[in-house]
Amino acid sequence: MQFSEAWLRTLVNPALDTHALGHALTMAGLEVEALAPAAPAFSNVVVAEILTCEKHPDADRLRVCQVDVGEAAPVTIVCGAPNAAPGLKVPCARPGAKLPGIEIKVAKVRGVESFGMLCSTRELGLEGSADGLMVLADDAPVGEDFRAWLNLDDTLVTLKLTPNRADCLSVAGIAREVGAITGTEVRMPQIEPVASTIQDTLPVTVSAVEACPRYLARTVRGIDAQAPTPRWMVERLERSGIRPLLAPVDITNYVLLELGQPMHAFALSRLTGGLEVRMAKPGEKLELLNGQIAELTPDMLVVADLNGPAALAGIMGGQLSSVEKFTVDVLLEAAFFAPAAIAGRARRLGLSTDSSHRFERGVDFDATRQAMERATRLLIDICGGQPGPVAETATGLPHRDPIVLRLPRLARVAGIALDPERVAQGFRALGAGVERREDSLVVTPPSFRFDLAIEEDLIEEAVRLHGYDAIPAQPPAAPSRMLPQDETRLADDSLRAALVGLDYQEVITYSFVDPAWETALDPAARPLPLANPIASQLAAMRTTLWGGLIETLRHNLNRQQDRVRIFELGRVYAALDDQPMKLGGLVHGPAVPEQWGAPARRVDFYDLKGDLERLFGQALDVRPATHPALHPGQCAGIQVEGRTVGCFGALHPRLVQSFDLPAAPLLFELDARALVWRSLPRHAGLSRFPLVRRDLAFVLDAHTPAGELLAALRAAAAATVRAIDVFDEYRGKGVPENQKSLAIRVVMQDTERTLMDQEVEDAVHRLVDAALRQCNARLRE
Amino acid sequence: MRTPNEIVAEALAAIHGCADLQALEQVKASYLGKSGQLTELLKSLGGMPAEARKTAGARINEAKQAVESALKDKREALQQAELDRQLAAETLDVTLPGRGLARGGLHPVSKTLSRIQALFHSIGFEVATGPEIETDFYNFTALNIPEDHPARAMHDTFYLQSGELLRTHTSPVQVRFMQKNPPPLRIIAPGRVYRCDSDVTHTPMFHQVEGLWVDESVSFADLKGVLADFMRNFFERDDLPVRFRPSFFPFTEPSAEMDIGCVICGGEGCRVCSHTGWLEVLGCGMVHPNVFRHVNIDTERFIGFAFGLGVERLAMLRYGVDDLRLFFENDLRFLKQFN
Repeated sequence: MQFSEAWLRTLVNPALDTHALGHALTMAGLEVEALAPAAPAFSNVVVAEILTCEKHPDADRLRVCQVDVGEAAPVTIVCGAPNAAPGLKVPCARPGAKLPGIEIKVAKVRGVESFGMLCSTRELGLEGSADGLMVLADDAPVGEDFRAWLNLDDTLVTLKLTPNRADCLSVAGIAREVGAITGTEVRMPQIEPVASTIQDTLPVTVSAVEACPRYLARTVRGIDAQAPTPRWMVERLERSGIRPLLAPVDITNYVLLELGQPMHAFALSRLTGGLEVRMAKPGEKLELLNGQIAELTPDMLVVADLNGPAALAGIMGGQLSSVEKFTVDVLLEAAFFAPAAIAGRARRLGLSTDSSHRFERGVDFDATRQAMERATRLLIDICGGQPGPVAETATGLPHRDPIVLRLPRLARVAGIALDPERVAQGFRALGAGVERREDSLVVTPPSFRFDLAIEEDLIEEAVRLHGYDAIPAQPPAAPSRMLPQDETRLADDSLRAALVGLDYQEVITYSFVDPAWETALDPAARPLPLANPIASQLAAMRTTLWGGLIETLRHNLNRQQDRVRIFELGRVYAALDDQPMKLGGLVHGPAVPEQWGAPARRVDFYDLKGDLERLFGQALDVRPATHPALHPGQCAGIQVEGRTVGCFGALHPRLVQSFDLPAAPLLFELDARALVWRSLPRHAGLSRFPLVRRDLAFVLDAHTPAGELLAALRAAAAATVRAIDVFDEYRGKGVPENQKSLAIRVVMQDTERTLMDQEVEDAVHRLVDAALRQCNARLRE
Repeated sequence: MRTPNEIVAEALAAIHGCADLQALEQVKASYLGKSGQLTELLKSLGGMPAEARKTAGARINEAKQAVESALKDKREALQQAELDRQLAAETLDVTLPGRGLARGGLHPVSKTLSRIQALFHSIGFEVATGPEIETDFYNFTALNIPEDHPARAMHDTFYLQSGELLRTHTSPVQVRFMQKNPPPLRIIAPGRVYRCDSDVTHTPMFHQVEGLWVDESVSFADLKGVLADFMRNFFERDDLPVRFRPSFFPFTEPSAEMDIGCVICGGEGCRVCSHTGWLEVLGCGMVHPNVFRHVNIDTERFIGFAFGLGVERLAMLRYGVDDLRLFFENDLRFLKQFN
């Protein structure tokens, strides 16, 4: 909502300057978004009339003008504007004037002394065409200060109104609010009924009574639609951001701005038969004022004549029945359309109009007639014409039931007790009826307030008028109870910290991605598509974190960051009830930052696996796996308690190529919930007896995973075996082709006694036996 | 025969001339060894009269002690020199960088979220979470935003083709939490939210932290107290000005916007605060009774307050980031500035 401060001050004029007034509005919940001067600062510019205009003796393009500036004698001014002509009224900057960017002095222009400057709009910093001098109206008073004459010392105030304050969508409404918050008297526009001079009426039937509880129509015949809109009205419209068009339309717009009542003027001759206010019928269409053809649905309210809808009620008029230059007879409409009947319809049609904006939020249903009288008066004064009587239909208008505000409840919610008298006074200033009872106030809200229906609404209003800043900020008192801390569950922050310690940088990528990435990474993926994506590359919900991570890699490679180690902790999306939290990561480039003390080498599968082992804090149950996005020979699944909780590996060469990457990154994605559980440590006692270590070298098929051999050995291990680990893998000389040698370290210890040689030999024998039987692995000769 | 003094003088000279421990051991042998000069001298005492032997023996012993002492000193000196040589040889350039991996870092939004959570945790707020794909009911209806309410237009909602939506705020977590947990309760709900809006100051995804405190006696004054305390601690500025302005959210009443004095210009007026000296940092209010009714909480017995703050906004102000979009470009050169 934008309006002119000067206009507001004609209704209420508190002793506050512009900024103080703006602050008061902001702190009352009518947030001032902008305060802009109506015109840039300039001084000493007067209305002037060009008396004579002669060619400059020494310059073809210049003219020497004699200008009446309201003083006894004309002054000489040299002017280069092509439109300078005798009889023209123009703004004239006198010597000493300060204009945006320049200061005017008496100066010789090509030998002729010039006492000022005749101005274009641009030279004054005003809007409008820059070609030539700004031409003023014929009745402009010569000699008068230009700013004063055009009322330019005004401020355009823009309010960011919340949807509950429809009552402030008019200058009168804002005036009432300013009166209430500053305790200033408000002088509302005085509106008298306009007596009818003709008896013409157009029959109006309201069929949709619930949607249209009040409908007023009035015929005015014989107007001059082309009559000029008075300057004061043009100025107020323009300063409210509305472009003047044609007087009858300007008048309805003016009433909307002044009183908040949207109105419509039909060209009477374009209406056939009477009007009916009804719901649209299926399939009906209406060409709107803006040229758009609206496909109407049965929940849309229309004002129709015999030929069908003539206006989309409360939203926009129809093109066919709109007032034009040659319109002579009009039908003025002022109605109260129920918010529920208007809300959302305009948006569905891609529209937002001043009218729908107000009706959706609630228009004063008790001021409809006032608006009609106001508009009639203005129309007759400006365009002439003969008014008919006002035809009114009113059924089922909203109620304003009294609401009880319990003062103790008010104090409990606010946190302090407010003075009941002042609270009551505040409600009265807002136009409400107030009855004081012992422990409560009974408040009857005014017809223009749609946001006051329950006790909380009154509490908010009371606290608002008291001033939010006047409520103390106090630390709450609450029982001190500790919050539970589950030691077996890691916080997300611990996971993040662990990866940070492993040299991973956290990233946050969008939850919506290019659906093509998803299907590239997994042809079976069915990412949930957005109905209204903001861009095609953000059109579907991700099913894996990898798309965003690969995109991040590409972004950084393009910026010469070749060592990329990143992770993201975030959800992937399968359905409303399936949005699991995942931990995903990507590594690419040198294993360690380039440095003097370590050889340069690319990060590889086992680097990543080591990172994951450190992340889990234990050896992982890892098995060969397949994933469509990963290299089939470098892909592993991680099992926790028999369940696959994620996988990792190298990006498939096919995807390395299609994502246009210089080398294959390594990727992992894990179910974050599988990572956070840790068992509570339990001390198991320390053995006082010596460890026995036996190293065994097995030769086995090169394709048998080490994990299989380890699993077989561990399954066959005696109770005294503490650890079985691989400490070397060897292929080549001394080992047959297609075979490999795995060196296994076995550590044994008993908690009760020193192991005897025979026990150790028996245990080793069992291991060797198991290796042979289950993995066809033989001890190396 | 030479006197002990002569031998000592000679021995001391020899000891002094030793360059290493090996030479020193040879010197020791030649004076104190089995057939060393002082040992021989001692052996020669056998043929002396008792009185003379006593005197001579004492002198020889003194001589022996003098040589031993000199040997010990020299040995220690040589050992020290040897150690010094070794240490000198092993000296490293400690200014060369250390070996191995570097250290990663948290995303600035994560850092900010952690900080917010830690501050609220310190006064008893637990963390609650909820889904990001939400239903119309939890995102709007249960929060007192009925169909066609003008407030919905403020939300620029992303819809899925299936009809569900991406939550436009973290407020639905309030409803989900209250459905399952009876009051009193104190939670914060951090997470991603989505709005169909993208320009210099908007990204289609961003983060919010929702807060909710429901108890028998919390008030608007408490709300102001908690949030002022939070902002001052978050920015570590005890004198940070704060103010509360009336506003409108369908799920709170009274509703307020909270402003803090501009932390960039100190209230003087700058581009960041649009020359107002104030920064809008969060929306808050007392829980609307219609929200309590949806979760069957007795509105006469319990009162609550709720707030929702934008994490990126706080991160930008805290760390001096001037472009929101940087957070989601994930340029490592940007991210590493927060490590």
